[in-house]
Amino acid sequence: MKTSKFLMSAVIAGTLFLASCSPKDADIQAAVQAKEAAGIAVSVAKGAVTLTGEVADDAAKAKAEEIAKAEKGVKSVVNNLTVKPAAAPVVISEDPLLTKNVADATKDFPTVKASVKDGVVTLTGEIKKASLITLMQHLSALKPKKIENKLTVK
Amino acid sequence: MLLQEKYKALTDAAVAAGISDLAVRAQDGILYVDGTAADGATKDHLWEVYNQIDPNFTSGDLVLNVNVSVDAATTHVKVITQSSNLNIRKGPGTDQPIVGKAAHHEIITLVNRSNDLWWLVRTKDGEEGYCYAQYLEPQD
Repeated sequence: MKTSKFLMSAVIAGTLFLASCSPKDADIQAAVQAKEAAGIAVSVAKGAVTLTGEVADDAAKAKAEEIAKAEKGVKSVVNNLTVKPAAAPVVISEDPLLTKNVADATKDFPTVKASVKDGVVTLTGEIKKASLITLMQHLSALKPKKIENKLTVK
Repeated sequence: MLLQEKYKALTDAAVAAGISDLAVRAQDGILYVDGTAADGATKDHLWEVYNQIDPNFTSGDLVLNVNVSVDAATTHVKVITQSSNLNIRKGPGTDQPIVGKAAHHEIITLVNRSNDLWWLVRTKDGEEGYCYAQYLEPQD
């Protein structure tokens, strides 16, 4: 009985002591925010830190949590950061479709010969400089893997 | 040199020009820059920057696919061939029979854009068919 009373008072005293010298939420918020990367929002309530925003990858998400946990006065960290989805791979047109579309795109350029293999459009022949940008613009819209330009520019 | 560095002036110009849905991806030694430009002049400006970095586009290490945005409400397009008339075809493809022609700089009615490369149009005379979309410029 005596022991428990003592413990109780010790806990109360300890709590008061801690409350009196633990950093305020606003101070924690400012300190953590200053250390986190741009794009991460930090909020603090009673020593509990919540992280929100978007980061590039899982490592950045984990690191942001470590930074918050290491701050003095932080009791817990809720990591609500989301990881930015990876960029979708580049879609390349299949050869049959690309071949047809390249034929359409080059039709108005009779001095240009075009062939398609494995997504690579190879251009041979000659072209006037003024027409080159137009031709390249048309071909680039067809989702080729690559445009191999071997044209002689006049 | 990294492709992203070689073409930094281009991607910077794309950001500065407010290209929407801008995606810059390197894959198998080729840089792919995709996005949508507000107008044809913005697109042409990016091509000029590309031409400065890689004169005459001979390196084959970049595919610049920037299209001009088209408002869903667009009903008219201008024929922007270099000087000639534009063929109007029965179907989407140069293998399709020619059903009419639109004059250089003529403004015609846009009927449907369900095919990215070939838009369905109608002339003043009521001729309807498909034109190569690269030669059509949306009108406000």
